[in-house]
Amino acid sequence: MNATIAMITLRGLFGRRRFLLLFVLPVLLVALTAFAASSDVPAIEWSGTLLDALGLGAVVPLMALLVGIGVLGNEIDDGTIAHILAKPLARGEIIQAKLLVAVGASALVVVPAMFLVGELAEGPSLAFGLAVGSLLAVIVYSAIFVAISIVSSRPMIIALGYVVLWEGFLGNFVGGTRMLSVRHYALSLADSVSGSDLLTKQVSLPVSLVLAGVITVGATLLAVDRLRSYQLAGETG
Amino acid sequence: MSVDVSGVTRWYGNVVAVNDVTMTLPPGVTGLLGPNGAGKTTLLHMIAGFLPPSRGTITAAGQRTWRNPDLYKVLGLVTEKEAVHGFLTGEQFVVASARLHRLPEPERAAARALDLVELADPRKRKLSTYSKGMRQRARLAAALVHDPQVLLLDEPFNGLDPRQRMQMMTLLHDLGNRGRTVLFSSHILEEVEQVSGTVQVMVAGRLAASGDYRTIRRLMTNRPHVFAIDSSDNRRLAAVLIGDPSVRGVSLGEDGLEVSASDFGTFTRVLPGIVRREGLRLRRLRPADESLESVFSYLVGAK
Repeated sequence: MNATIAMITLRGLFGRRRFLLLFVLPVLLVALTAFAASSDVPAIEWSGTLLDALGLGAVVPLMALLVGIGVLGNEIDDGTIAHILAKPLARGEIIQAKLLVAVGASALVVVPAMFLVGELAEGPSLAFGLAVGSLLAVIVYSAIFVAISIVSSRPMIIALGYVVLWEGFLGNFVGGTRMLSVRHYALSLADSVSGSDLLTKQVSLPVSLVLAGVITVGATLLAVDRLRSYQLAGETG
Repeated sequence: MSVDVSGVTRWYGNVVAVNDVTMTLPPGVTGLLGPNGAGKTTLLHMIAGFLPPSRGTITAAGQRTWRNPDLYKVLGLVTEKEAVHGFLTGEQFVVASARLHRLPEPERAAARALDLVELADPRKRKLSTYSKGMRQRARLAAALVHDPQVLLLDEPFNGLDPRQRMQMMTLLHDLGNRGRTVLFSSHILEEVEQVSGTVQVMVAGRLAASGDYRTIRRLMTNRPHVFAIDSSDNRRLAAVLIGDPSVRGVSLGEDGLEVSASDFGTFTRVLPGIVRREGLRLRRLRPADESLESVFSYLVGAK
């Protein structure tokens, strides 16, 4: 990995006060779960909402979105990307460093939060399942959001639209889209690993893993190719 | 040649930004002169590999430029946009650049580059605390840390104070004298005059003139001039002026005369005599087309 790019990316990410916002949602999720677990309501009543819909469906993708766009989209937005691109570096090397930082930073926040949620809801096996499932989601999402950063000039809007409409909404109502939903891959992996009754996978594990791999690789290759063709816009003629 | 641009055209939708430009740049400093919107930045970005030509070919130091990151081993670019990673210090920024170039001794190369642009003292300060001129020089240091054969600079004198401007000019001169190919853009004649002997003039996407600065300067001063004149009797003055060989045309308007003179020097010498002889009084005399754009468009016509 290119340590210099990773260093600049990390500092760019953590240097913004916005980064503190990243911790709000996971903390909220853990607090809500702790509150629900301490009540008399059985876990099966609220696990679908908290673990799946709110956890895997909202907190995980939103964290990956903020970080994924932060590692590349911000540099494209303010033009500093030109300093990194005007170097004799294979574009794959740049994307690799960005992606590793994105996955690392998102996982740092998301995986422990989901582990805690699982622990509070049921116990260690669910905790482990959700940790592994959310890690898978973070990897696939990061690849998608890094790619969106460079493909679109309005990455935030496109990415939010994708998370809310595709992952959050369509996946619940239109059966076919589940096959192409990162949230369902994560759910499938978490369910298979934990064997918990609180989770119900709707896509089989092998299909989930293969499709997750295909999407990750595809999005990464797309990002590398688009970065190779990156065009600088002039302010004047 | 270090940079070869051959039949290059670039359009955005229906708009032609660069129109069939051919130029070869030898080692030394060349100024790319033209008014805003002439296509200078577009051309620089194409040479720097940040934009594909719609038509034509470009090579820099013998390499194609589009989709070829290896180009940056021998090419440095200072863009007009002054964005920097503000959280880095000047030193960290240039060292990072040296590392990304995989230079054997990044710290030493960075120290040399910072010295060259006179940023050795504030090198421990964050870029976000730098003035515009300092940031400009920091970006220059990052662009020449690997001592590139070809250096491209987009409006490098913008935002510099007179002293920094002189220093930047000296620096570019030195690079040119050491056999580097330096191409910088500017919309200010005097900047180009002081830095480079060779000039490429762009107007409205086309190469309007190229070559030695003095030749172009002469073209610019000997061109026809238009004057707005108001006198005590405009009609009579018009009648007399049209008889003088230095005058090509006169039109009589509501607020005076518009006189187009074929030669700036002759006309301004002849006019006072004519006015006195006819017993007229001049109320107003001013050149009507001294904007840079009109100078440039004259050059396009003169080509």
